[in-house]
Amino acid sequence: MVLGRAYSVALVGLNGYIVEVEADIGQTLPAFVVLGLPDAALNEAKERIRSAAKNSGIPLSRRKITANLIPASLPKRGSGFDLAVTMAVLRAANDIKATGRTVFIAELGLDGRLRPVRGILPAVMASVQAGYPDVVVAHANLGEASLVPGANVRGYRTLARLALDFGADPQELALDFEPEDEAGHGDSEPGAQTVPDMADVSGQGEARRALEVAAAGAHHLLLTGPPGAGKTMLAERLPGLLPDLADNEAMEVTAIHSLCGLPSSAVQLVRRPPFENPHHSATAAAIIGGGSGLPRPGAASRAHRGVLFLDEAPEYERRVLDALRQPLESGELVIHRSAGTAAYPARFQLVLAANPCPCGKASGKGLDCTCTPMMRRRYVARMSGPLLDRVDIQLQVERVSLADFGQAGAEEDTAAVARRVGHARRRQAERLQPLGMETNSQVPGRILRGALRLPASATRILDHSLERGVLTARGYDRVLRLAWTLADLSYRDMPDTNDIGQALGLRQAASAAA
Amino acid sequence: MKSKDLLGRRGEELAAGYLESLGMLVVERNWRCTEGEIDIVALDGDALVIAEVKTRRSLDYGHPFEAVGPDKLARLHRLGSAWCRDRELRMPLRRVDVIAVVDDGGGEPLVEHLKGVG
Repeated sequence: MVLGRAYSVALVGLNGYIVEVEADIGQTLPAFVVLGLPDAALNEAKERIRSAAKNSGIPLSRRKITANLIPASLPKRGSGFDLAVTMAVLRAANDIKATGRTVFIAELGLDGRLRPVRGILPAVMASVQAGYPDVVVAHANLGEASLVPGANVRGYRTLARLALDFGADPQELALDFEPEDEAGHGDSEPGAQTVPDMADVSGQGEARRALEVAAAGAHHLLLTGPPGAGKTMLAERLPGLLPDLADNEAMEVTAIHSLCGLPSSAVQLVRRPPFENPHHSATAAAIIGGGSGLPRPGAASRAHRGVLFLDEAPEYERRVLDALRQPLESGELVIHRSAGTAAYPARFQLVLAANPCPCGKASGKGLDCTCTPMMRRRYVARMSGPLLDRVDIQLQVERVSLADFGQAGAEEDTAAVARRVGHARRRQAERLQPLGMETNSQVPGRILRGALRLPASATRILDHSLERGVLTARGYDRVLRLAWTLADLSYRDMPDTNDIGQALGLRQAASAAA
Repeated sequence: MKSKDLLGRRGEELAAGYLESLGMLVVERNWRCTEGEIDIVALDGDALVIAEVKTRRSLDYGHPFEAVGPDKLARLHRLGSAWCRDRELRMPLRRVDVIAVVDDGGGEPLVEHLKGVG
């Protein structure tokens, strides 16, 4: 008898840790014991493994099987350990050769097929980083696992085929069993997503411009306006304006989507910025991540490197909105739960949409509005000051006029705007990379008024507003950020008086209403 | 006698022969008391062996070993003590063995032996 050994990966958040599975077969009455903080799904693995092995033609030993997952202190969840435990047990019974440093990540079906599991991408990334590049996954996970550079991934459909490659006796194996890959998660080809086009938006010149500026400088955006003004329509068109994700960004986004079991991660890297649009009844756990045991990522993390759109923002619980302040600041969410702490990236662009008041009619002259002034103030105050402080662009959107509505098809399409945005992003990167930043929205006031200081002639209106008390010091910085983005969009090396005037307009509109 | 009882009897016969072939001395077969029955009592050198024999025709309903659960094991240990009291013997070295016999009717039956379980 030998001690069986195989490796797998346990995920805590997006961080993976190599787990060593050792198996021993004792000369005593039949039993199957799994040690090392297994959760319910992992404890059920015993029954899955027994059936899968039997139906693959390599029944498990009729003795006491002890499988130990090391390190014991690390909580292990889910069915992805099935395969590693099986290989360790088969090795302990001398049914197969030693598996060396190969990492196994797959769930077993009772018939002996290998099933895909969630979070393959971060798991394979972790195993490559830990120096275990040889990975065996279910065939349905092969595409996703192969995205990891430096990994030597093999995909199998059945346990029998896998055992054969590790030296099991071909006479006994059930090799004629060849299951189809199941549709759904894992193998479905993500259809070309139809991105809504800017050409569909009639009129709304100011809002279109604001959207372009938001995209170019990665500025957070608040749209206030009556129902039907097209706030949602505009917000949905923002991701289309954003440039493709860089390799490392795409890896991060795909890893999160893989962990959530989103089909977008199945075959290729997610190259387009994601768009998350949670309902306003969502809880804090749904938005920032959570759940019992080990916390799972929420909408804010799924929107990482993309857009988080909160429609009807004042309808959200205040707690939920305020919970977003941490990721807005640090680009990361750290969540603590009983079974451990998980950190998920959450560097998203926030788009808030709000009605001007509970009845939604307080725009323009607001004659139809039935809300009392107190109701209106309470409504807007639900979005806390500290949250709105981080939103660079605050814009009023009015209902589209009949004159604009008639001219359908006259508007610029997404591709044209995206080209300008792409160009502005490149200019920013050239200027800001030496300072360790990528977009104008990230530049702190210290640098805006230091290394990137503008001549006094350009900032005259701003200085004047600050003096008169119309603008706070923080607002001053915000206007400067926007002005830089406006300059980038019009191919100027530095904002001029005109850019600053426009920037002032982009954020004053809403503060006047609020 | 029913055929399942016959099978059991044949299995015990086989197991007793097997234990003797290992050099053990079979002291008693099918000892009964109010608490139950010991299939085979044997001596392995100084040690008293309480042997439970499980016979099956096939593995379709699981391996014979799987039929010996924790309750059954505990009872075998108690029966061992009861046997010693009954015979007024002191046997400090005592163990429980389980013998599995798979006899499909054709060919040589398969005998497996677990020493000192539980």
